[in-house]
Amino acid sequence: MKDSLGSVQSLLVLGGGSDIALATARRLAQDKTKRIILAGRPSERMEAGADLLRGLGAEVRVVEFDALEFAGHDDTLAPLFAEGDIDVVLLAFGVLGDQAADERDPMAAAKVAQTNYVGAVTSSLVVAEALKKQGHGALVVLSSVAAERGRKDNFIYGSSKAGLDTFAQGLGDALQGTGVHVMVVRPGFVESKMTAGRPKSPMSTTPEAVAEGIVDGLRRDADLIWVPAQLRYVFSGLRHLPRPAFRKVVEKQA
Amino acid sequence: MGTDPAVVPGKQWEVAAVPQPRREKLTGWGRTAPSVAQVVRPRTREQIAEAVAGAGPRGVVARGLGRSYGDPAQNAGGLVLDLTGMNRILGVDLDQGTVEVEPGVSLQQLMQAMLPFGYFVPVTPGTRYVTVGGAIGCDIHGKSHHADGSFAQHVLELDLLLADGSVRTLTPETEPELFWATAGGMGLTGVIVRAKLRMMRVETSRIQVETQRVANLDDAMERMTLTDADYRFSVASLDNLATGPSLGRGWVESGNFATLDQLPEKLRGNPLAFSPKPLAAMPDVFPSGLLNRRTIRLMNEANFRRAPKDARPHLATIGGFFHPLDAIHDWNRVYGAAGFLQYQFVVPFAAASTLRRIVERVAVQGAPSFVTVLKRFGPASPGYLSFPADGWTLTYDFPTGTPGLAGLLRWMDAQVLEAGGRLYLAKDSRLDAGDLAAMYPRLEAFRKVRAEADPHGVFVSDQSRRLGL
Repeated sequence: MKDSLGSVQSLLVLGGGSDIALATARRLAQDKTKRIILAGRPSERMEAGADLLRGLGAEVRVVEFDALEFAGHDDTLAPLFAEGDIDVVLLAFGVLGDQAADERDPMAAAKVAQTNYVGAVTSSLVVAEALKKQGHGALVVLSSVAAERGRKDNFIYGSSKAGLDTFAQGLGDALQGTGVHVMVVRPGFVESKMTAGRPKSPMSTTPEAVAEGIVDGLRRDADLIWVPAQLRYVFSGLRHLPRPAFRKVVEKQA
Repeated sequence: MGTDPAVVPGKQWEVAAVPQPRREKLTGWGRTAPSVAQVVRPRTREQIAEAVAGAGPRGVVARGLGRSYGDPAQNAGGLVLDLTGMNRILGVDLDQGTVEVEPGVSLQQLMQAMLPFGYFVPVTPGTRYVTVGGAIGCDIHGKSHHADGSFAQHVLELDLLLADGSVRTLTPETEPELFWATAGGMGLTGVIVRAKLRMMRVETSRIQVETQRVANLDDAMERMTLTDADYRFSVASLDNLATGPSLGRGWVESGNFATLDQLPEKLRGNPLAFSPKPLAAMPDVFPSGLLNRRTIRLMNEANFRRAPKDARPHLATIGGFFHPLDAIHDWNRVYGAAGFLQYQFVVPFAAASTLRRIVERVAVQGAPSFVTVLKRFGPASPGYLSFPADGWTLTYDFPTGTPGLAGLLRWMDAQVLEAGGRLYLAKDSRLDAGDLAAMYPRLEAFRKVRAEADPHGVFVSDQSRRLGL
């Protein structure tokens, strides 16, 4: 259960190998989160992350989960709730893809869309149902600033996150009054394994900063957080820029 | 034709249907950590039995007037029995000074019913708006613990509805284990459906009170230690932000129920008068940061100045002395939506240095507390999870938004634990499950009795899940 200061006892991560997810799990484990389930495709990174969390005193389980196996999400995820309440589910899986290559290979583009959007839709719905039965808990969905406006260098990824972002907002509204809270997280450019080797954007951030933002947002029951927080104001302007002007801003930035 | 009423022609027979559950978001009095449950309001023990039988996989817990600060009367995803509709006084024995009640009878209701006959409730906490069921489940205490013990020590008998729907009558003599697991057991052994209490004899409804300003914590402790034996009720209120030589300054209030001849002439005509209406209601308009270091410092200063330097006897009303905050309905709203928490601990008398260390750290860190109350407990209650035990008990009231609060409280937990003390479950909203076991050495014994009474774990609450009770 969440306590009066907003600390949580148990965490389920979908996409347990993600840098942001592991940073968040570490941050929570340093507080009061002592039961953690990492779900994801088996990887050394996830195992290493699990060991690190165990070192912080958490009881950690690693579960095989593939975002693309939509049909299996119910069987994989629903039983995890039978073993004890889960206070927070962090949906952190996602692929960036390779925009230029994916434009030439529609099937590769479809995989990005299926992972980031379809897989997130099926797994979120399974999780939401389980949380609703519990009568409490939070679903944290990792979106991206790329969801805000399409741009030529990442619109496949961006549109998948835009779909997810809209889905999560609506899901959050649908769950009003059930005790379940959905929080959308829109980080800027995050320096992580996903973006390794790419040029940094202005206002780039780190997995640790995103983790800090998530923990703080959970305490406040925030519906939407930006990391860094100033991005909220940057995008409140960018959102309304006419397309030609927006294109110029993007050009200048690149 | 037989006598079966159902077949008497032309006559309508009413069968009380179980009311339909409603989905509700619940919190404790501190307004933190809400969860959603189905809430049903039964009016008979049959309806309770039916509701318990149909509780479902997330179980059930009883709730009274919701004055516990944290989450013991919430049950996320499950069923909550609102017992405020079970509020009949079933019988009174004026010779013996006993009363039999349903669990939803509030202490205010008991006072209104019994004061005209010269009886007061055996123990009252800082509010009259608690039910008898809750008072037993939390084994509450008041300003008279050193003289009267805890609430359950005045319970002669109770009927407990168990998970299987059967009702067992418990007394401390005939079934001490289940009785003392239920008293202070936070509603986890079953549902109390009837209780028989021993009331306290009083001549008047006024309290002869002496209030004295104390310069610091040592002063407060010394005065309380010296005068406890002379007064049934005693308590100190501290300015929790004062530091240095004024650390723990405040005032001590001590009192006894006034005798008839202590009343002035004009009050003797109606010596047992009691008019318990709230004076005002708090609107729900306060921002979460209103009670902060600055505003609390101002209030502390004003309160301290108001307390007289020398002990000055005066007559107080029951409401004024025991339940000042009851004068304002929904006073918890003043903390805003973010809510607040109460932190109450007890440490043995020998650990006075721990007490001082805690008071000092809170003051230096400047964590604002609206109400800071110090008192001396008498011997422990036999309840397995009852809170009071010989020693000093201190209560803080912290807004949850206070910067650095989580770390401060964790440090306090460690201090209390090291001193062999404990935290009060009726107020807890954030304790660590591991610390709980160390604070309550009889937890295992409690679990054993509970497992026998409720083998399938039907009775659960957010608190029991959080703490692994």
